[in-house]
Parts: sequence; structure tokens; C-alpha cells
Amino acid sequence: MEKVAISASDLTKIYGEQTALSHGNFVVPEGSICGFVGPNGSGKTTTIRMLLGLIAPSGGTATVLGESISHPEKYLPRVGAMIEGPAFYPALSGRENLKVLAELGGFPLSRVDQLLEKVDLADRGGSKFKTYSLGMKQRLGIAAALLPNPELLILDEPTNGLDPSGIQEVRGIIRDLADSGTTIFVSSHILSELEMICEYLVMLREGKVIFSGRTQELLSGQKPMIIAKPEYDVDLTSLANKLSEFGFQISIVDGSLQIDAAKEASATINRMAFEAGITLASISVVLPTLEETFFEMTGDNK
Amino acid sequence: MIRVVIAEIRKLRRPTLLLGTIATVGGLSALFTSIIFLMINSKSGNSKRGERVGPEELSQAIGLIYGFKLVGVFLGIVALCIFASQTAQEYSLGTLRNLLVRQPSRMKILAGKFISMSLFALVMVLFAGVLSISISFVLSGRAKVDTTEWTTSAALHLLFESTLNIFIATLCFGTFGMILGLLLRSPISAIAVGVLWNLILENILSALINSTGKWLPGVNFSNLGEGGNPDLSYKHSIAVSLAYLIISGALAAVLFKRRDVAN
Repeated sequence: MEKVAISASDLTKIYGEQTALSHGNFVVPEGSICGFVGPNGSGKTTTIRMLLGLIAPSGGTATVLGESISHPEKYLPRVGAMIEGPAFYPALSGRENLKVLAELGGFPLSRVDQLLEKVDLADRGGSKFKTYSLGMKQRLGIAAALLPNPELLILDEPTNGLDPSGIQEVRGIIRDLADSGTTIFVSSHILSELEMICEYLVMLREGKVIFSGRTQELLSGQKPMIIAKPEYDVDLTSLANKLSEFGFQISIVDGSLQIDAAKEASATINRMAFEAGITLASISVVLPTLEETFFEMTGDNK
Repeated sequence: MIRVVIAEIRKLRRPTLLLGTIATVGGLSALFTSIIFLMINSKSGNSKRGERVGPEELSQAIGLIYGFKLVGVFLGIVALCIFASQTAQEYSLGTLRNLLVRQPSRMKILAGKFISMSLFALVMVLFAGVLSISISFVLSGRAKVDTTEWTTSAALHLLFESTLNIFIATLCFGTFGMILGLLLRSPISAIAVGVLWNLILENILSALINSTGKWLPGVNFSNLGEGGNPDLSYKHSIAVSLAYLIISGALAAVLFKRRDVAN
């Protein structure tokens, strides 16, 4: 049986009359990279805060690294976390900020410089936090999360404010940590990022868990699409009409036909184009991306 | 809890806070002590509420600590501001969540913060005392004050007693500030309420209703710093101060322990 790093059972949080999370059930397998997705206000940060012992659940239970969230002192020394962006003391340097947290957690101070090096802040470690760019603040937040050499790393929007190379660096750090056996639970609104690195997903909508499982399981359950591109753009309409007559659902996007059909229909479409005297420059079967799937499942495609 | 204390001391020794406090405390201490000696012959007085303290009184053992005692109340207000801002900023900066992830025991966080800020307050009081006494010695010649009595064991006993009383009063004001910081969760609000209450509202209340004075927290904290006076005994002030601080401190601690950290 797969070991779990996080397990939530009917986890619920109610603020007054508003339900932030309702009967949340999900697991995060040990050693996996698990994405945590959902529209703004769907309950992601509330869930993360409950897992870290910052807010008390209104109902249900959860365990982190095998310990109940009602005793965070038993598991937090093995957990690294960055919640809702980096929060540090503006008048202290990046290095001093990390030392405050290292002293608080009982971690060796020598780790501070190693981590500043790891997140590429070694040369700015002595500068005050308030002089940092958003990307630098984010990287310092990640360094702080790595202080305990965590078995479980919980990151809330870790790539916020990072430039493409920064995003790539964070992706590299996450992969390196996962390779060394660290479980990563990461929320991000950049779904293409999560699709690239996450084997597992937990998806929220309006305080309810609507999916929890393998990313591939989620994506393969979606209808594929056939993309056909005629050699000449003038043939787009006539091919679209011919396929529509045959009963296919067609839309024209960026000079290509998007056809809602199973991959077995590719041969039929190719043959029909050939019979109409149209040469296809390309034909391919694509699965919906995580972003498309997310929008379809959450209905948040405005 | 030792780890919390060490981490908090790292925050307290940041140059902006440390140098700012040294400048404020040093300035206040130098100002009040200098006024006593430099205006010794002034008809408008050289002490609190326009009182005159002449060379004869300053030549007594108490002359050694006269300036230091005057600055005591203001040390309390400085402590109130520091304790309030250091506590409330954890909410306003969002850093409380980092602290609680690294040290989940909220009571240890609270106790560690209190101990570290108390140590900071002790250093502040000692610095003010050393500076005030040094200035007193330097200015005594110009004010024609005989300092023979200042080096007797009676003077040293008074110095120890006053330092202790001023430290206790400073801690009371600081604890009051910390409680406000926990309740209001905003440094500006906590400092504004604390300073307004102690420097303005209590004076207005005392002036309007004479009998309220002996029951107001700030009046009693200040009285502790002065070592008591004929109208308000030290024992009374200790009892009233402890009652205020224990009740409001317990309430703030329970709130801190149970309140969701949702910002």
C-alpha cells in the first residue's frame, strides 16, 4: 500500500456562514509532487493553513507525515512551508531573516548560507529584505521553507513574481527535492507548470475537492481532440463543411480545424480530405491540457 | 523557549530599533538630568510640575538618582511602544505564520517574546541610569552640588532600589503595550491607544474624577517607578498593576493561543 504524506478526511472549515472547505477528502502520496489547484477563493490557502496548524478545522481530520494536525509540534519540524507569499522583517537582511527562523527551529546557522547559495541570493544575502525585488523575496521564501531539510515541502504559489528563468530554477529545485525523496505539495495558478512537474493533483472548487489522484488519470479521462491543418488556408471552410455533414463537431482555430472526436477517427478524416482533393499538412490527436481540463471542471473559463 | 528568546533578540538588535532606542533613551535621560542641574536656580523650577530642587536636596544621597527617577515614566512609554510594535508587527507583516510553523507552541512564542523584550528593557533602563548618573556627576560641579553623599552605601542602596522600581514600572508599561499589540494586531493602533491612554486620557480622567486616579493602570505603573508616594502606596500600586496585567494578559494569551492565524 502506498504511504501517504498528507491525508484529509472530511476536513471542513467554516467562517461564520461561509464554508471555506467542505468535507475535503484527499491524499498526497509520500515522495510525490502533488499540485493543489483551484480558482481564487476555492479554499486552497485555508486548507494549507489547517495542515500547518495555523487555523483549527471546524470538522473532520487530517494527518501530516502520519501525525494528526491537532498536534502540529509532532510533524512541523520535518515540514517546510511557504504560505501566501514570502513574509519577512523588512529592516533585516535576507540572511538575518533566515537566521531568525533557523534559531527558532533549532537548525544549524551554517545552513543559511548554503540555502542562500541554492536560491541564488548569496551575493544579496546582506541586503535588507525591503530592498529585494518580488522574485528575490520569493526565492528567500523558498530558502526559508528548505531550512529544516524537509520531508514534506508545502509551497503556496512559489513562482509568483518570478521571471521565466526564475520559474525554471524553482522547477529544478522542486524536481531535485522530489528526486531526493521529499514530498512536495504545491499550489500554483500556472497550470502548465504543474502539468509539467506534478504526478498527483488535488483540485478544489468552491470549497469542495472535485478531483484527487494521478494527473494522467485526470487528463486521460478527458475527451481528446483531433487537429487537422490543410495545406492551403482556402480549403479550411470546405473541409469543415464536409466533416460537419458527416456529423463531426468542428471549430476553426488559428488556421486549423479542431475536431471533437476519438483518435480512431483520424484515418476517416484524412480519407475524407483526400477524397475532397484537399491535402492535409498535418493531423494530430491531442489531449486537453491541464488548463483546459481545469477550466472545464471548475467552470472558471471567463 | 530559549530558541525563541535567541531569535527574538536577533530581531531586537537590528540597527534601526537599537540605535533608535539608544538615541531616544539617551536623549530623554540627558535632557531630564541636565534640566535639574542646569536650571537649578531657575524660578520656574527644575523638576516635575514646576517644583524646585535645590543644591541642598541634590547633595543628599537621593541627588544621585534624581534625574534617573524623572526619566523613569518616559522609559515606560518607550517600552510600551517597543513591546506593542514588536508584537503587533508579527500580524501586520504576516511573519507570525513563519514563527508558528517553526515553533508551533504559541505559549512558547509568547513567553520567549516577553523574556527577550524584558531583557531589552533591562538594558534600556541600565543605559538610562548609567547616562543619567554620569551626567549628574559631570554637571554637579557647575551646579555647586556636593557629591560626597552620592558615593555612600545609602546612595548605592537607593540606586539599586530605584533601578529595580524603574525596571518593574517599565515592564508593566511594556506588558501593557504587548497586550495591546496582541489585541489590536496593528503596531500603529496599539502604540496610539497605549500612548494616548497613558499620557492623555488618564490625566483627564484623574482631573475629572479625583478618586479614579488610584485605580488607573498608568498612574499605578508610574507610582511603582517612583517607589510609591504618600498619597498612593507602593503596595497598592503593585496590587492594582498585577490585577490589571494578570487579567488582561490572561485574556490576550488565551486569544493568541486560540485565534486562527488567517492573515
